[in-house]
Amino acid sequence: MTRQVDMSHGAGGRAMARLIDDLFRAALDNPALARGHDAALLDLPPGRVVMSTDSFVISPLFFPGGDIGSLAVHGTVNDIAMGGGVPQALTAGFILEEGFPLADLERIVASMAKAARAAGVSIVSGDTKVVERGKGDGVFINTTGIGVVPDGVTIDPAQAQVGDAVLVSGTLGDHGVAIMASREGLEFGTDLTSDAASLNHMVAAMLRVAPDMRVLRDPTRGGLAAAVNEIAQASGVGIELDEATLPLRPEVRGACELLGLDPLNVANEGKLLAICPPARAEALLQVMQADPLGRDAAIIGRVIDDPRCFVRMRTGLGGARMVDWIAGEQLPRIC
Amino acid sequence: MKYVEEFRDPALAKGLSDAIARAADPDRTYRFMEFCGGHTHAIARFGLEDLLPGNIRMIHGPGCPVCVLPVARVDAAIALATQHDVILCTYGDLMRVPGSGFRSLTKARAAGADIRMVYSVMDALALARAHPDREVVFFAIGFETTTPPTAVAILQAAKEGLTNFSVHCNHVLTPAAMRAILAGGDTEIDGFVGPSHVSAVIGTGPYVEFTRDHAKPVVITGFEPLDVLQAVLQLVRQVNEGRIEVENEYARAVSDAGNLVAQQMMARVFTLRDRFEWRGLGWVDHSALRLTDAFASFDAERRFALELPTPTENKACACGDVLRGVKTPVECALYGDPCTPENPLGACMVSSEGACAADWTYGRFRREAAS
Ligand code: SF4
Repeated sequence: MTRQVDMSHGAGGRAMARLIDDLFRAALDNPALARGHDAALLDLPPGRVVMSTDSFVISPLFFPGGDIGSLAVHGTVNDIAMGGGVPQALTAGFILEEGFPLADLERIVASMAKAARAAGVSIVSGDTKVVERGKGDGVFINTTGIGVVPDGVTIDPAQAQVGDAVLVSGTLGDHGVAIMASREGLEFGTDLTSDAASLNHMVAAMLRVAPDMRVLRDPTRGGLAAAVNEIAQASGVGIELDEATLPLRPEVRGACELLGLDPLNVANEGKLLAICPPARAEALLQVMQADPLGRDAAIIGRVIDDPRCFVRMRTGLGGARMVDWIAGEQLPRIC
Repeated sequence: MKYVEEFRDPALAKGLSDAIARAADPDRTYRFMEFCGGHTHAIARFGLEDLLPGNIRMIHGPGCPVCVLPVARVDAAIALATQHDVILCTYGDLMRVPGSGFRSLTKARAAGADIRMVYSVMDALALARAHPDREVVFFAIGFETTTPPTAVAILQAAKEGLTNFSVHCNHVLTPAAMRAILAGGDTEIDGFVGPSHVSAVIGTGPYVEFTRDHAKPVVITGFEPLDVLQAVLQLVRQVNEGRIEVENEYARAVSDAGNLVAQQMMARVFTLRDRFEWRGLGWVDHSALRLTDAFASFDAERRFALELPTPTENKACACGDVLRGVKTPVECALYGDPCTPENPLGACMVSSEGACAADWTYGRFRREAAS
């Protein structure tokens, strides 16, 4: 019989101790965790501390290009990086559903460990709870992280100024379309994978050439459209994008076309949006393109004066349109 | 998807745009109705307004399936879901369309009704197979594009002997709606950008009759932006030359005869209704389909008696006028405040094919100039 999570794994007894020892501590191996305290003690470099938390519920748990474990690490690492922070440590909380195969859990934890190693952060504290069968969806993961912001760096969504350049680090919509395709069993005749990745190393390089960077944002749920609109609102400016410059994989464009979706509204998990003073844009672009995660980086627009805080786009055909948040769910067209 | 790229080429678009500007007579205006919501969406999304001279006005037509559904039919969907303990399956757009008293399927679902959003009628059929103990009703909406799949599902259900599957049929007919718009007499139109997907099913024949009866040119075209520009160019030329013809710019998908297999299937399962109520157009003769008597057992309208409220329209909502092209979305007093896609007060603000939603989502930056 395949080994499964049962209620005793969350009950605080020996089964739980063994699970934690065997599975989590072994995979995530680091001094803070090894001490076995409830609270991790950290030595942090000097600087201001940023902190972020995120919960991950995703179906399917394993998808092309990642799984819920790696996503939980990338997501929080990126949130810290978008605050200008160098990630220092993460915590991880698991809510497991009774009956969940332990082999799957091992796979998820191993993938978290790998993602954390790649990002250069440790998972220093964890927690596990088990809920009865039917009350969860296999596994939910929460990660919380802290990072330290180097002196002289202040990243804030309210700092975009008229004239600033808008850059994106790569192709848009890859994650959302990969997930949708694997969830719906859609066959596009392609092998799209999620772009999920930790962006902190690229951000560190970016901040070295542009310490006066104004805004960083990872366009996850709601896609690029939501991210640029949030920035425009927060900063009280307008943003103008150039459709012709948007990096898009042909497969993503095609899938969105078939499904009646706008790639600008589709989620990304390994991309960032950067807004910087115009004089820095070219240097920043080169640094981004030199990073494997930023190969397809592009300057996609500029900050403009608009008291209504609208985001508009010059379309590939030479017209203009708004780029808006989506209302409700994205639905395929029926006409 | 190289295929798509060819229909979005900026240089070709510029060429068409220049050709339209050269062809258009500056001493007159051109009013063209794009019938389909798909075209409305493409015009807004690609900013095609900017590629047309000021004296060519695109009037948005009623080709948005959820937009034309009258309040009484929305009420029927809600009643089906709440009065008979059925699993009601529907396309997602319908969920948020307000019925009488601001009720909607979304609210009915929150109150406990079993309503499932499906991507195709086949999903509904699968649910019926999976839940033999439940009645599964597919709330069918749409023009001739979505009608053949509904017919296929009914034929399949009959073949499998499924007794718990039925269809609430709201399939409507494009040519009848085009005639009704002109019969209304309050919309001035010089020509029609004809449907793409619909025409792939019905062919060009119905439009030939239409142009003969109503003396308006029709150019059938696809949903790609270059298709739309090409159709506008052909319409301008027809108007200039006094020609009134059906031209088929979309020959890569539309043949004169249309899809005969689909037509035969539709004829087996569906028959014309004497009349059907449309939002905006009122009761229109021979404008919609119902199930034939042979398939009566799959007809939810005959299967479930419904207690319906007296339909109450939101008086201030101008959807009816917008659907006929009499008003533009901004001319509705509710546009933007309080009616937005987050808080739709009318169907035209719900669907991405609706004229109000397209204008709000893609075009509202034009409305008031930035200071
Ligand atoms: S703005 Fe809203 S209320 Fe007005 S016509 Fe459009 S959908 Fe109806």
